[in-house]
Amino acid sequence: MLRLQARAEPSQTMRYLSPLIAVALTLICGLLIFYTLGKDPIGGFKVFFLNPLKDTYSIAELFLKATPLAMIAIGLAVGFRANVWNIGAEGQYIVGAIFGGGVALYFQGSTSPLILPMMVVAGALGGALWAAIPAALRTRFNTNEILVSLMLVYIAQLLVSWLVHGPWKDPEGFNFPQTKMFDESAILPILIEGTRLNAALPIAIGALIAGYLFMNRSFPGFQMRVAGQAEAAARYAGFSAKRTIWIGLLTGGAMAGIAGMTEVGGPMGQITEHVSQSYGFSAIIVAFVGRLNAFGIFLASLLMALLYLGGEQAQQYMNLPSSISKVFQGMLLFFLLGADVFVNYRLRVVHGK
Amino acid sequence: MQNQQPGAGAAGGETLRLELTGIRKVYPSVVANDGIDLQVRPGEIHAVLGENGAGKSTLMKIIYGVTAPTEGRMKWEGQEVVVTNPAHARRLGIGMVFQHFSLFETVTVVENVALALEGAPDLATLSKQIEEVSNKYGLPVDPRRLVHALSVGERQRVEIIRCLLQKPKLLIMDEPTSVLTPQAVRKLFDTLRQLSAEGCSILYISHKLDEIQELCHTATVLRGGKVTGTCIPSQETPKSMARLMIGKDLPVCQHSAPKQGGEVRLRLAGLSHAADDPFGIDLKDVHLDVHSGEIVGIAGVSGNGQRQLLYAISGEEPLAEKFPVQICGTEAGRLAPDQRRRLGMGFVPEERLGRGAVPRMSLSDNALLTAHNSGMVKNGFINFASVRAFAADCITRFNVKAGGPEAEARSLSGGNLQKYIMGREIMLTPKLLVVAQPTWGVDVGAAAAIRQQLIDLRNAGTAILVISEELDELFEICDRIAVIAKGKLSPTKRAAETNVEEIGVWMSGMWPGVAGTETKSAEATHA
Repeated sequence: MLRLQARAEPSQTMRYLSPLIAVALTLICGLLIFYTLGKDPIGGFKVFFLNPLKDTYSIAELFLKATPLAMIAIGLAVGFRANVWNIGAEGQYIVGAIFGGGVALYFQGSTSPLILPMMVVAGALGGALWAAIPAALRTRFNTNEILVSLMLVYIAQLLVSWLVHGPWKDPEGFNFPQTKMFDESAILPILIEGTRLNAALPIAIGALIAGYLFMNRSFPGFQMRVAGQAEAAARYAGFSAKRTIWIGLLTGGAMAGIAGMTEVGGPMGQITEHVSQSYGFSAIIVAFVGRLNAFGIFLASLLMALLYLGGEQAQQYMNLPSSISKVFQGMLLFFLLGADVFVNYRLRVVHGK
Repeated sequence: MQNQQPGAGAAGGETLRLELTGIRKVYPSVVANDGIDLQVRPGEIHAVLGENGAGKSTLMKIIYGVTAPTEGRMKWEGQEVVVTNPAHARRLGIGMVFQHFSLFETVTVVENVALALEGAPDLATLSKQIEEVSNKYGLPVDPRRLVHALSVGERQRVEIIRCLLQKPKLLIMDEPTSVLTPQAVRKLFDTLRQLSAEGCSILYISHKLDEIQELCHTATVLRGGKVTGTCIPSQETPKSMARLMIGKDLPVCQHSAPKQGGEVRLRLAGLSHAADDPFGIDLKDVHLDVHSGEIVGIAGVSGNGQRQLLYAISGEEPLAEKFPVQICGTEAGRLAPDQRRRLGMGFVPEERLGRGAVPRMSLSDNALLTAHNSGMVKNGFINFASVRAFAADCITRFNVKAGGPEAEARSLSGGNLQKYIMGREIMLTPKLLVVAQPTWGVDVGAAAAIRQQLIDLRNAGTAILVISEELDELFEICDRIAVIAKGKLSPTKRAAETNVEEIGVWMSGMWPGVAGTETKSAEATHA
């Protein structure tokens, strides 16, 4: 008989091993799924996990996908560590894309080098503004930020939909729900010729470093960790609970907003109804697989990007439905949560009885 | 008289109520019980004596079926039994009052009691029963109140009542008196003696030697998970029992006469504050001065406004006005806790884990919690080397038993964590130190060390305010004592000019000068 036994101390080894176990189990189950769908599992593995890594262009694509995920996840981690549960990064991402894209559309025709920095700031403001709604409601009326931030996602989706169907629709766009293409001066510069990898990557790396410094080295980061772990202790020490909520939500919102801006001001070059490919939700998984830690998030965002690209490959070459990416993401989170049980518990074989 | 052996005539042929043989319990990191034998006769009040960490609580949890022993056997009324869970224990007739309370916070007292009973009792009838038991045994509590709004002392009363309602054959009491008035302790002892006369056995866990001497027929002494002796308390002295318990003589505090005429470091000038919680106690026009170089104690049964008073002094609940709380000459009523610290206040709260320290953070990080103003933070970034040095220094200076600055706060025993928190606050050289329940649940050795630290600090000129429910402690260390009852504070009295009896009477709200309507017992309104 097997029995779960509480550990005296949470296992540090398991904390870092558990994401790896989750990845391995996701892989194995993925192969099983390929097999039961009547596909060759080894071939499937190659298409799903190796095709996206086969040349410079593919690897650049991988980093391109990982960039918004890493940006959003590091912003969310700041809040998650303080038990501020911003589940609405998807909505903040969309509003960031609207604000950033709005700047690009407003200054159409200008070639000023200030447009891109303004778009970044506008994106951050838009995301932060969207996140300020749950923050204000939480600090003022003690509402649940999980519900409020999540519901605001759908409002953001309708907002962008209205804009591209209505006031911002490209008059020469054959009635497609999309804005005009942005000018050259409003598109992030490409880093490697012949790929789509753009200047969003250094922004993301900067955000990861800043996130690391804030969470692990700074005193406000420490205050937020205390608030997340022991509310009464934070109150005892005089750390403001409201400030924690504001910082947690605004950081997540601003980072999601910048990520949204880098998508419309990067590979998309315009705002459409489909600005997001649920990066805001996937980034939650990235944050947890990355153990709410900057370096972990960097690796986890690459992994998640691989699942996105692998899913596309599987659609193209194996005639699998597009939801295959979602299935892999779901399995990853599921196995991570399962494996995390063993951080605090161990499995014991009990003889007899 | 009271210590006569129960059933002395039938000692030979009588079946033991409880017999433990060779009980051993191994936890992942520690052997909590190591071959313990224990025998309890019907109607016997049996003390289990030992310091914190001696294995008393573990042993009781084994008897009550909370944890299973690694080895060893248990006989209940002559029959070998394996107690699988507390419900099973209750069916056998074992009741337990825990040291750390096992109540559900979000429901009412009566619902909590109902949860421990078989079937679905009628809540109205049960409320009446609770009130009866509560009157009979002098344990006032309102059955309709929500548990989260109760103080520590009130929660303990609920636990005791819950057990008594089930008419147990063996009642286990884990440190039951620490939050009762002396009069209530005496009432409780009467109850326990009555229960004993009715044939109920009592396992009485305590480290208070005088209580054990007064109440218990026999005592088993534990140290380091092993039985170090059994004795008949009435034939021992507290000194000889202490030697069995801690392996050396009980340390005594050195207390010199107070210095006169220090400056006022804390002034409460008509502090009134309505509790934000509907069941909380409102503070009513509290006046108090604490001078440098003296220790002022506030006695009182828990739940009479201590929590609110502490929140108001520490700033965890800032006031609407500035003047009622004055710290070192500054009107501080609207300041946050960290701002009050900067005025020179240190504060040690009643709850160590979760309030005074973050359980899952290292001792280093916990130093940063309040010591961050002393050069540990530069430009918003933490200087980890100086934090670690502070923590290491605190561990050595205050003799904290810990794995080092990186040990998690929750890995420390209650006494050691308290020493660490006290040390942390003392190292910040406060002008005013406010301490709540300085030795609650701390073993005698550590408690004596903590009290001595407070006295040394006062001799060095610090103003100290101690809020405690342990009267003996207050009389041991305080220069002046006041009493809080129903949110009002009595005048202070020099400790040398009063005694436990008088303060005990004051604790029920009756001190000279209170208005006629208020002279009724503070507890009577609860009943």
